Amino acid sequence: MATDSSTVPHIAPAPDAHGGEAHRHLTSYYVYEAPVRLWHWLTAILVFGLSVTGYLIAVPPVSAEGDTNDLFRMGTIRELHFIAAYLLAIGMAWRGYWAIVHGQHARQIYYVPFWSLEWWKEVWGMVRWYLFLAKKHERWVGHNPLARASMFGMFTLGSTFMVLTGFGLYAEQAGLGSWQDTLFGWTLSLFGSSMALRTWHHVGMYLLLLFSAAHIYAAVRDDIMGRVSTISSMISGWRTFRD
Amino acid sequence: MARVETFYELLRRQGVSRRSFTKFCSLTAASLGLAPALAPKVAHAMETKPRIPVLWLHGLECTCCSESFIRSAHPLVKDVVLSMISLDYDDTIMAAAGHQAEKCLEDIRTEYKGKYLLCVEGNPPIGKDGEYCIVGGRPFVDQLTDMAKDAMAVVSWGSCASWGCVQAAKPNPTHAVPVHEIVKDKPVIKVPGCPPIAEVMTGVVSYIVTFDRLPELDRQGRPKMFYSQRIHDKCYRRPHFDAGQFVEAWDDENARKGYCLYKMGCRGPTTYNACSVTRWNEGVSFPIQSGHGCIGCSENDFWDNGPFYERLTNISVFGAEANADQWAARVGVGVGVGVAAHAAVSAAVRMTDKERHKSPPMPKGGHE
Ligand code: HEM
Ligand code: HEM
Ligand code: SF4
Repeated sequence: MATDSSTVPHIAPAPDAHGGEAHRHLTSYYVYEAPVRLWHWLTAILVFGLSVTGYLIAVPPVSAEGDTNDLFRMGTIRELHFIAAYLLAIGMAWRGYWAIVHGQHARQIYYVPFWSLEWWKEVWGMVRWYLFLAKKHERWVGHNPLARASMFGMFTLGSTFMVLTGFGLYAEQAGLGSWQDTLFGWTLSLFGSSMALRTWHHVGMYLLLLFSAAHIYAAVRDDIMGRVSTISSMISGWRTFRD
Repeated sequence: MARVETFYELLRRQGVSRRSFTKFCSLTAASLGLAPALAPKVAHAMETKPRIPVLWLHGLECTCCSESFIRSAHPLVKDVVLSMISLDYDDTIMAAAGHQAEKCLEDIRTEYKGKYLLCVEGNPPIGKDGEYCIVGGRPFVDQLTDMAKDAMAVVSWGSCASWGCVQAAKPNPTHAVPVHEIVKDKPVIKVPGCPPIAEVMTGVVSYIVTFDRLPELDRQGRPKMFYSQRIHDKCYRRPHFDAGQFVEAWDDENARKGYCLYKMGCRGPTTYNACSVTRWNEGVSFPIQSGHGCIGCSENDFWDNGPFYERLTNISVFGAEANADQWAARVGVGVGVGVAAHAAVSAAVRMTDKERHKSPPMPKGGHE
């Protein structure tokens, strides 16, 4: 795996301290710094919240009863969507900055070593593992290559897409000449119409939800059956190699 | 040709009083969003500037743009612009016909090279070498190309000329294309709508002819003064939208109360036009005011963004139509079944793995 500095060669079990036969050994590496972990859980909550409020924007709840003057139900749903949206965008920007200053694992979700045959072999290895064709999988201190591919392709690109189209929609209400319009107004032209932009923003949500479903399932499953820790790594920061 | 007369001269000749003329100028200034101090400038321009000839071509269209135009609320506006146009060329409403009419077109093109305004209603179908729309014995697309070549600018009237509209809706059998896909070397001003609002049309023309300058356009090429906001941004039902009070069915109590039509498919939130401000027919009403949602007629592809009475539009995948939520439900069921099956197999594999509870041997000697 010399192809990619972020993966780590198989760790040979450390020699037994007491000179006995080599045995399975727990080895741990610190992979996810606290801010990254915080960002992860915050992002997870925000994506969930944005999906709920976004869906309600598209398909609003049953009409509110009462005096129009006292009601702000749709307004509140939208307000929450926008607050979460700003937090998500700030988080994304911060995560990008973090990737630039901290190398290694922090950069994994921003690209895949597409031209490396070695890497594709590793992906294939993980596919075999998830298809029950392999009894064991290789292990990496960073993300497993299949996870990485989905994080890059579905999360990183997907959430960037949501931020671009979301601010493009926001520019419509902020008005011509607003900074949202100056920076993101082009997305509307790109999709050809306001309705198309909205529809794609909506479709983007399902891409992220699809990612989340696969991601959470794989995280839980690997935590039980895999050879490395996963969920606890995202809580404590330490990746433990189990056997 | 003799000295070209000015607007003012033209109006006086038609019996318009000086007083009405100044009134018209302030009105025009106001409708264009100019400061009151600019009204005299409008007047001055109209008094001194030679009138800019306006030609009006008709391609594949239904004449709703013309119909709207001649119903402009302010009679003077109509008079001004109408007389100025019928003087030149508009095959639907001018008196001349046949060769005489076509010659008029040619004369203006050569005499006013680079100085006339070309208004286009409808669009050119370019399938089968353009034979789906023949004007004066030749394909409309040729007439358009020729006349655009020497124009000062082109105005795309309505959604047909601006986007393609109904005739360009899927599957677009005649391969109708919007004007800007044919005319690439001249400024094209889109004035979309099916039809566009009369006051918007006359406003745009008045602006160009009085100021000798094209209006500022947005990214989509529409005049900012009329198309910079959505119907939704200025809709009088907006408080009901924000409150979350919607019409749920056409004949329910909420419909009677005039609640927001969002759930009935109103396209106001995705439509740029001035209807909620200027309204129609001398400011009488506009669709939402009469209880029907906006169908987004001034938007690109509005005809394909149906169904009109549903909030979410259909997305066609390999010919199958459903909205985003319906597609997601289908895919979601697949994903759910897949995950459940995978989890079941995983559990089974794990149960049958005899070594699963064998933990790594404890390091000898207790603590390490
Ligand atoms: C994970 C991220 C996001 C998800 C899942 C999401 C989801 C949605 C959904 C489903 C809609 C309704 C679309 C429709 O009507 O068909 C929506 C609307 C909208 N979203 Fe997002 N969104 C996300 C991020 C953002 C961001 C970053 C912004 C930026 C400000 C944003 C701004 C908007 C705006 C302005 C609307 C239209 C609201 C309206 O016109 O009432 N969204 N979103
Ligand atoms: C209960 C829900 C979730 C759990 C248990 C969870 C768990 C995890 C775990 C264990 C990892 C580390 C993967 C590894 O060990 O290689 C991880 C990484 C990641 N997760 Fe989640 N996740 C959850 C929800 C989400 C959601 C909703 C999103 C966004 C849509 C998300 C996006 C990510 C991303 C982008 C990474 C990579 C982090 C990085 O490299 O900086 N997660 N998650
Ligand atoms: S009726 Fe249409 S334009 Fe008016 S507030 Fe409701 S959704 Fe917006």
